[in-house]
Amino acid sequence: MNIEHQDASDHSAMEPERQSATFPVEVIHRIQTMSKTGRYEIRGWGAKRRVPNFDDLTFVTASASRYPLEGYREQCDTKTVLGTRFASKPLELDIPITIAGMSFGSLSAHAKDALGRAATIVGTSTTTGDGGMTREERAASKHLVYQCLPSRYGFNPRDVHDADAIEVVVGQGAKPGGGGMLLGQKVSERVAGMRTLPVGVDQRSASRHPDWTGPDDLTIKIAELREATNWEKPIYVKFGATRVANDVKLAIAAGADVVVVDGMQGGTGATQEVFIEHTGIPTLPAVRLAAEAIREVGKTGEVQLIVSGGIRTGADVAKALALGADAVSIGVASLIALGCNAAHYFQDGEERDATADYALIGTSPGHCNRCETGRCPVGVTTQDPILTERLDPDVAARWVVNYLKALTMELTTLARACGKSSVHNLEPEDLVALTIEASAMAKVPLAGTSWIPGQGF
Amino acid sequence: MDAMTQTVLNCRELGVTGVNRALRELPVGSSVLIAEPRGAHNIGVGMMSHLDITVDGNAGYYCGGLCDGPNFIVNGSVGWGVGENLMTGSIRVNGNASESAGASAHGGLLVITGDASLRTGISLKGGTIAVAGRTGHMSAFMAQAGTILVGGDAGDSLGDSLYEAVIYVGGKVRSLGADAKYSDLTPEDVAKVKEIAAAAGFDHIDAQNVTKISSAKTLYNFDALKNQRY
Repeated sequence: MNIEHQDASDHSAMEPERQSATFPVEVIHRIQTMSKTGRYEIRGWGAKRRVPNFDDLTFVTASASRYPLEGYREQCDTKTVLGTRFASKPLELDIPITIAGMSFGSLSAHAKDALGRAATIVGTSTTTGDGGMTREERAASKHLVYQCLPSRYGFNPRDVHDADAIEVVVGQGAKPGGGGMLLGQKVSERVAGMRTLPVGVDQRSASRHPDWTGPDDLTIKIAELREATNWEKPIYVKFGATRVANDVKLAIAAGADVVVVDGMQGGTGATQEVFIEHTGIPTLPAVRLAAEAIREVGKTGEVQLIVSGGIRTGADVAKALALGADAVSIGVASLIALGCNAAHYFQDGEERDATADYALIGTSPGHCNRCETGRCPVGVTTQDPILTERLDPDVAARWVVNYLKALTMELTTLARACGKSSVHNLEPEDLVALTIEASAMAKVPLAGTSWIPGQGF
Repeated sequence: MDAMTQTVLNCRELGVTGVNRALRELPVGSSVLIAEPRGAHNIGVGMMSHLDITVDGNAGYYCGGLCDGPNFIVNGSVGWGVGENLMTGSIRVNGNASESAGASAHGGLLVITGDASLRTGISLKGGTIAVAGRTGHMSAFMAQAGTILVGGDAGDSLGDSLYEAVIYVGGKVRSLGADAKYSDLTPEDVAKVKEIAAAAGFDHIDAQNVTKISSAKTLYNFDALKNQRY
């Protein structure tokens, strides 16, 4: 160390430390890591930065000019039907909250099992992921949506017949325009076998479907899936929220029964950080754009809209429905309900501390997004046989049931207060925005004004 | 119904949905002629049992796609994705095939007696594809398992990002894709080529003189410091 440098540090020790807004500690750390490893960061979860979201809206509930329903007594319907356009057997769900597509591989078998059982108890659907359908998840889930992804790992026409709906995945909110990723540590013998890959390979899946490219081809692809399933099963088309209005219209033109739009807060098991934080648009504007696109082509009520990406509370669900969604999907939130990011896990009837295991993967409870390591301290996103045992599917299924029921109670509380006998009657009229950004994106007035930016004065 | 009797389904009259519904209702082992296909898409998709299906003319996209069991003979050319995701059974195209022939097939045998277009055998997961003539660029892209035999020339970027699938080419290879490499032909390879050529009914393949392409496996694990090229 030279003299000048010593002087500089002595000087800084005397002054209050000032962090650079351009180079805060985490940016410095990122640059240091890139300079050492020569690669980008890969992690799980969705965008961590703050983006305009449903918290920026509030309900203007009933008062003198509107009549509320009795909050604790009167019925508020939550039944949700998906796939009424062409499918002869649409999905009839008891609540408008579904479990998003997450693969066995990314999740442990116990986690998939617990999600399936919980969804069945509350009457909603779960979704497979990259890598195909396991017998366990088919057995656990009353309503199972089977994803048709670009990789086609484990895609089997017999599972197409066994599924209750098919979801053609064009993209997802965490990485619109990118393919899946499962690092070698999670490509166990069973996972590799299901995906026809060598054990331990860093799986980086295709981002384009192998047998169709544009929307005209997609029309024929959807027709193929309909023919193969005798026009019985709903066909969903899912994409990450980018050019939402165009994508929704193209999906509808291609023959989708249900459009699934995943905002930039949507999670992943493993993707480049640069992708997670810097692509796509937030869920808030995505839901409004998608609902408007459906209305513009005259398909409201005929084509259903599912939105996902950062849904956490019944308020989020209610606001998404009010802005035009028919249902929402939850991914990360359902994993948190399973125990993701908890300081403890329960095994053999005992509560055990997992903090040291979080530290081993460089994180702590409440901050973990290290799904890609396969070393999940609470057994949710791992293929390790010892770690997997830390998640008891009976206990975890109960937690997810509790969470889904609580979400539904929050949702109906708000709907009743708005005077709605069905959660599907919530409407943009019921909302105002707390920020100018949210007002512009959700196209509801800024609270206390009649002003929506971009819609005149 | 006598399995020896051939059922005739007229695609112009019944439409594709009518043809597919009728196929699903036929007893296992039935022999069927699909008349007047007129390039229709999705002929015979999603059949889960053994049937002998002859398509009497050209077919459109995804002919025989998502099938597990039937044997098809197409007396004409086919559009995109013939035999996509095939599990078992066979498809013989007595003509040319458009893009993505046999995409992501897990098993079975796809034979094309003419030429194939781009991306033949893309994401192949275990099936066998035999093309008598040429194949277009990006063939066997990300092919994971299975075998592709090309009697004629192969286009650019053959076998890009190949996993465990193996490709044999009788003619010239215009270029290889990332992580594909030329490999030495072993006696087992020669036997394999002879077996595929016999199954496909090809008599123009010199099994001793085909070019073998397999994965160099340099991209199996991600390592930015090794200057990996994609």
